[in-house]
Amino acid sequence: MPARAIARSIWSGWKGTRHPVLSFALRRILIIPVLLLIISFLVFSLTYLAPGSAVTALLGGKPSTPQAIAQIEAEYHLNGSLLHRYLGWLGGAVHLQLGASIRTSQPVVQVIQSSLGVTIDLAIYAFILTIVVGIGLGFLAAVRSRRAADRIISGASVIGISAPAFASGIILLYVFAEVLGIFPVYGLGSGFFSVFWHLTLPAVALSVSGMALVVKLTRASMIEVLDRDYVLFARARGLPRSRILFSYVLRNGMIPVVTAGGLIVIYLLTSAVLVEVTFAIPGTGSLLVQSIDFKDIPVIQGLTLTLAVLILAANLVTDVLYLILDPRIRGGLAWQPSR
Amino acid sequence: MAAVTLTEVGPISGARTSRAPLLIVGLSFAWIAMIVIFCVAGTLIAPFSATAQNLSIGMAGPSSQHWLGTNNLGSDVLSIIIVGTRSAVIGPVVIAAGSMAIGSALGMIAGYFGGRADTVIMRWADVMYALPGLIVAIVVVGVTGGGYWLAVLVITILSIPYDTRVVRAATLEQRGRPYLEAAMLLGVRNRVLLIRHIFPNVLPIELANAFLTFAFSLVTLASLSFLGLGVPPGTPDWGRLLASSYEQLSSNAVASIAPGIMLVLTAASASILGDWLFERLSDRGRAR
Repeated sequence: MPARAIARSIWSGWKGTRHPVLSFALRRILIIPVLLLIISFLVFSLTYLAPGSAVTALLGGKPSTPQAIAQIEAEYHLNGSLLHRYLGWLGGAVHLQLGASIRTSQPVVQVIQSSLGVTIDLAIYAFILTIVVGIGLGFLAAVRSRRAADRIISGASVIGISAPAFASGIILLYVFAEVLGIFPVYGLGSGFFSVFWHLTLPAVALSVSGMALVVKLTRASMIEVLDRDYVLFARARGLPRSRILFSYVLRNGMIPVVTAGGLIVIYLLTSAVLVEVTFAIPGTGSLLVQSIDFKDIPVIQGLTLTLAVLILAANLVTDVLYLILDPRIRGGLAWQPSR
Repeated sequence: MAAVTLTEVGPISGARTSRAPLLIVGLSFAWIAMIVIFCVAGTLIAPFSATAQNLSIGMAGPSSQHWLGTNNLGSDVLSIIIVGTRSAVIGPVVIAAGSMAIGSALGMIAGYFGGRADTVIMRWADVMYALPGLIVAIVVVGVTGGGYWLAVLVITILSIPYDTRVVRAATLEQRGRPYLEAAMLLGVRNRVLLIRHIFPNVLPIELANAFLTFAFSLVTLASLSFLGLGVPPGTPDWGRLLASSYEQLSSNAVASIAPGIMLVLTAASASILGDWLFERLSDRGRAR
């Protein structure tokens, strides 16, 4: 295929006029390198956002001898035009060379690696809680629509959706750690079960808002599905209630929840900052806050890039899942050009 | 009369999404009214000065004099909460208004003109959607050492795409309506059409959305001040009160739980009122 034809098909895919599935997929894939470029440029410019010159910011507390300045300038590509500096920095970032932490003088990649595991464990734990409990409660509320169970669950979800992770974290800390003494207050423990135990309260605190969102989405979508003709006919055919609920209603009602999956992952990864600070967990969030207090620019840059890449990956996975789950969506999702 | 009986019976299907009972809406309204009063006249209502310290008392639990106890510096928690309403709420109001103004302008342009303008605006919105809002705000405000209003500006920019999407969809919905085609046939100019005809019809949805933006930015801004960013140290503020008290839960748990509850209830009231407004004012709500 000649280059022009390819370019045209990409353009029409971009505009969503020809092939809905392809255009959707293309749009989502094409946006990733664009996003990476934009984010990397923003992250790069952080060096210049800090008050004072970039050299003093990167020197930290070190004495500003001419040699030290020259070394910093060479290491962080501080000479030449803006584009030149950016490309130099980007080249380093692609090879995972993000400089050394000002606070500890360790390589940035190493510092981030040592804190990333906990955050990912916490996020996975919270994600599972969010999905399982959220769908379960939303399903229950839909089936018992407008009865006591539904009223309680819906009411709680309105409150829960507005609760910042640190507020729910502190209430959980007070009730379960301070008053009842069931869970540990701070820290991480060692060994699988101890870590699991220590991460339980933080994971619950982190999942409250997302869970409330999943409850709301599941309930609304299940109620809509319960009203569909095919459910009525299934009932008329005398299918057992459990079969109708699980293989007709639950399955079809899950689709909006999957759509929200990417949003929930973003929420979990970002709110992890608040939860880690509240519960003194040594993850990327605590590291980010410490680095900001210390103006440790290289570590902040590395962390922001890492989080951005994680979030983009999560978004891509959601989009793919979305296409796999519901063939109908492929047509409906096509972006409608407005004449 | 037949129509009246029909509406009294209500919809047969369960498709109607839950509408908050009137009592809940009333309570939310009362709560927001209280917040407005605190915001305007907080320093007059507060029983003590919110910044007065009493290190000899230190952090103490609730008593007949200090209803919610004192914080680590011996300041009255109730007074901090009342006076701190202002810094918690003013920013989100500005954010909701700013993002509503810019977002609806962009959304109406994208929805009405379509074509390249639409492509550019919506791709930009896609990019903004993929940015992790809280992290961007933490990093920008933290690295620059900028204060409260920088935080407000950053969160406004991050919320604009949400308003843009909502307004664009609402504008597209209006585009097919006969009244608009009639106005177009009469040769009404684009600018007049947008401002006089489309805007009033899009406004209800946008207003409802502004309440949601308010709730979202209230939480984001408080998260920043919980991390010690935005509001300068020493200011009476919910997030700061929470951050300075939670490590001493055993001395006075109220000092860290009360500001959290204020935040949650204010955000929840705003979103309940937003939903209610949406159902009252929009066609979609009426059709339900």
